[in-house]
Amino acid sequence: MLNKRYSLYSPFSTKDKLFSLDFTLFFSILLLGIISVFAQFSSSGGTFDYFSKSHAIRFAIFFILFLIVSFTPIRFWHSTSFLIFLILLALLLFVKFYGIQSQGSRRWVNFYVINLQPSELMKIGIILFLSNYYHKISEGDVNKVRYLLYPVIAILAPFILVLSQPDLGTAILILLSGIVVTWLAGVRWKIFAYLTLVATVTGPIIISFLKPYQKSRILTFLNPDADPLGAGYQIIQSKIAIGSGGLFGKGFLNGSQAYLNFLPEKHTDFIFTLYAEEFGFFGSVFMIFLYFLITYRIIKIGNETRSIFGKLYCYGFANAFFIYVTVNMSMVLGLLPIVGAPLPILSYGGSSMLAIMFGLGIVMSCKVYKNSAVG
Amino acid sequence: MLSFNSSNIASKTRTIGRRMFLLNSIKAVVLLGIFGRLASLQINESSKYRSLADKNRFRESKFAPPRGIIEDYFGEEIASNTTVYQVHLIPENTKKMDELLMRLKNLINLSDKKLILIKKKIKKQKKWEAIIISDNLSWAEFSRLNLFLHELEGVNPIVSVARSYQNNASAHAIGYVSEISPKDIRNKKYLKNINIAGIGIGKTGLESTLDKEMLGLPGFLRYEVNAYGKKIKQVSVDDGQRGKTFRTTLDNEIQVYASKLLENVSGAACVMDIYNGDIISMVSSPSFNPNSFVHGINQNEWNGLLNNRDKPLINKAISGLYPPGSTIKTLTALSALENDVVNSRLTVRCKGYIDLHGERFHCWKKKGHGLVGMRTAIKKSCDVYFYEVSRRLGIDRLATTAEKFGLGKNVLKNYKEEKAGVVPNTKWKIRELGKNWYIGETLHSGIGQGYFLTTPLQLSLMTAQIANGGFKITPRILVDENDQISNLQKFLNYKNSTPGGVMSTDDQIFNFSLKPLFRNQENINLVKEAMFAATNEVGGTSYRSRHVKKEFMFAGKTGSSQIKKFTEEQRIAEVKQEDITYLERDHAWFVAFAPVSEPRYAISVLVEHGGSGSKAAAPLAKKIIKKVLERHERRNSYSNKKIRDI
Repeated sequence: MLNKRYSLYSPFSTKDKLFSLDFTLFFSILLLGIISVFAQFSSSGGTFDYFSKSHAIRFAIFFILFLIVSFTPIRFWHSTSFLIFLILLALLLFVKFYGIQSQGSRRWVNFYVINLQPSELMKIGIILFLSNYYHKISEGDVNKVRYLLYPVIAILAPFILVLSQPDLGTAILILLSGIVVTWLAGVRWKIFAYLTLVATVTGPIIISFLKPYQKSRILTFLNPDADPLGAGYQIIQSKIAIGSGGLFGKGFLNGSQAYLNFLPEKHTDFIFTLYAEEFGFFGSVFMIFLYFLITYRIIKIGNETRSIFGKLYCYGFANAFFIYVTVNMSMVLGLLPIVGAPLPILSYGGSSMLAIMFGLGIVMSCKVYKNSAVG
Repeated sequence: MLSFNSSNIASKTRTIGRRMFLLNSIKAVVLLGIFGRLASLQINESSKYRSLADKNRFRESKFAPPRGIIEDYFGEEIASNTTVYQVHLIPENTKKMDELLMRLKNLINLSDKKLILIKKKIKKQKKWEAIIISDNLSWAEFSRLNLFLHELEGVNPIVSVARSYQNNASAHAIGYVSEISPKDIRNKKYLKNINIAGIGIGKTGLESTLDKEMLGLPGFLRYEVNAYGKKIKQVSVDDGQRGKTFRTTLDNEIQVYASKLLENVSGAACVMDIYNGDIISMVSSPSFNPNSFVHGINQNEWNGLLNNRDKPLINKAISGLYPPGSTIKTLTALSALENDVVNSRLTVRCKGYIDLHGERFHCWKKKGHGLVGMRTAIKKSCDVYFYEVSRRLGIDRLATTAEKFGLGKNVLKNYKEEKAGVVPNTKWKIRELGKNWYIGETLHSGIGQGYFLTTPLQLSLMTAQIANGGFKITPRILVDENDQISNLQKFLNYKNSTPGGVMSTDDQIFNFSLKPLFRNQENINLVKEAMFAATNEVGGTSYRSRHVKKEFMFAGKTGSSQIKKFTEEQRIAEVKQEDITYLERDHAWFVAFAPVSEPRYAISVLVEHGGSGSKAAAPLAKKIIKKVLERHERRNSYSNKKIRDI
């Protein structure tokens, strides 16, 4: 018994651990990271300025962090998931009152060396928490009202906190990530149907409470040409940049839209626009393929993982990852309103990258320790 | 404690797997959507967005090519381009604007007013756009500026070209160029494409009518800009097409000479080649300095021009309307002869006046001319004789002849300011004034008073068409190298090449397709002969202004157009023109052709309020005629050479 337990913790040697990594995922992430450094370099007008330099350094650091997380037993992440969630919730509360204010919203908490955005980490935290929660309760209890209460609170608390920062984009992504895990765990269709109904009824009321700029973003999405130099400017310029890239693109460092500053937020939310302008349709398709490959590998790891926690986490994260990517791309392609959702890894932003790399690390940990029970 | 058994796990796994499969299907659909959108943007609509990106990226600035040049007949540049020195300032490039402007003020001549204007401009436009501080610096200012340039951050000394006029003599004929105004852009279609800030465009004269061709095609400077409109780099240049150069029929030397002669009077003079209609000279006095307009005329000078009694800005040669006075008597006589109303042997007794229907019509000579024939009547300009002739002729027949000889309509197509004048007839009076024609008005018209209004250029055309034997000519001021040699010119060449060659008038008309304005050329010759007498025989009205030397001899007719009718008291007191106020004095006319042996040029001179034609206009004409004839050989050989070249 003791022997068995021991073996659960350390099934193989370091060498075995190394070889049990998912190399496709490993190299896909590495390749994406390298591409992101080039994209940031181009976004800075072909120079290693503050943005491109710190992006490269961050990726290097977080990639190492990713490996550390990967080799940490999944059992550890399972046992600390509630704690992580609570810490993040506490940080969100802290941000609410003591956060750093910038451009009209309070999103950052100052950690002396770095400014952290807890809302970004919460995108992973909610998945961790719910995976653990549904891992623990029995299938029969899933649809009981008493057991539904915790997930609802766990989703709504961070959602409302982030929404009030205000940060609509991240709030929605947290909400979606949570709902996806809940749904995967087996919560009845009916409940989601009711929720949808409630959302459609209260939606207009919520919209009336939105800040004017948020309202104008939704209106702009519906008709970007109404005010081409105002609110519609971003989306129009983004479409011009992507469309003018054509089949093969304008070439690395030759994106006129980005280079001449017609592109808004080109380091962060609109980094894909710059990439699509410079590398064209083929480059964009390759990028989508890379994201697809990562999603696919995460799902595959989920399939192989035996623990419910691992499965729920991998599936939940795969879906969330996919949502991040598609929401960002749809946004820059003019299919969704501009809500402020970064593109995983490619976009400039420490907290976002930290969250993604941390999330990917746990997935990899599921792979390395796929046969371990989590407790 | 939560339950933990394998069946629970298996069941959970199944649920999760099933639901994940559904989510994956949704994912596939979403992915397809994004893929499709990407394809539509980057493949289907790529060219549209590429052009939009270029539109974002490139700005074009237009610049004016050098303006076309206006030359005189001999290729001398009357209106040319000259190098000008300018200072431009780019506000973005300087840190201490006020200090810099004070420095500039000390270095170059900048008024406080101008300084305020510049400061206003700086505030209005983008900080990287150049501001023209001064567009015409003297060389001294420019070199001083360049000396201190290292202390003047943001200041650009620029060498550019601008219009320059050689003299004031042709200011009216050529016109002037001035900065484009919003009104010009609205009114002139061709400027829509050439709208360049500060470009000079033609405002009057030939500068105005030939503006489009002289402007040429604007050049383009294409440069890349960033999202804020700041220039990043120049991409391409199109130099445009420089304006077309025009050669006129004017003789610059005669222009200067005539202008100088008329310097102290208000009036105009026109000289025309009677065979090809070339306008050799056309001056109006007083003149103005057209160069003043090029860089913006100052308020004092402008007010001075506007308030001047003698209206310097008006081209009196084509826009000044005056009754032709006695110069019309040539046409009255001709019309009467041509219509067989009278014959040349008609004599009338002039006792100083005639009475008609209770109204008295005076001759200019109070004592009367006694018994006069037609030749003497023209020579001495007897009014009573022409009262009688025009009474018999009637206004409508006189009007037909006058129109035939070029009165009452524009002579040239090149001036928008040209006026047509008035040739009155019975219908005209009913149409314009709504009243019937009175016979008394016919008498006034017969001596060129009353409703008749003509321009100096029209009278020179009239004289030219009498002088050339009564053939129609088409006056021109521009030499078009593609122009055919006029038929009349061919006829002249034939005459010159076969001295003594006799050809009947009918043969002349037939062989050279001439357009006669007469029924019987004898009548024309009679008028010409009478004009000869008026200048060269004792008792002629312009006898005092004659040339004795045979090669300069000319034949002319004086005239004076009344401003105000003399009252009976003035007439009795024999008040002289010199004694009445300037603005009430008659306008003085003189028309002539020269040389008498083989006429080649016609001239008309008008002196506003000059009193009488013989005293004020004829002496000026005499001098101009001499000058024109002196330069005939040069002009003739130059034109022959040109013809050979063709």
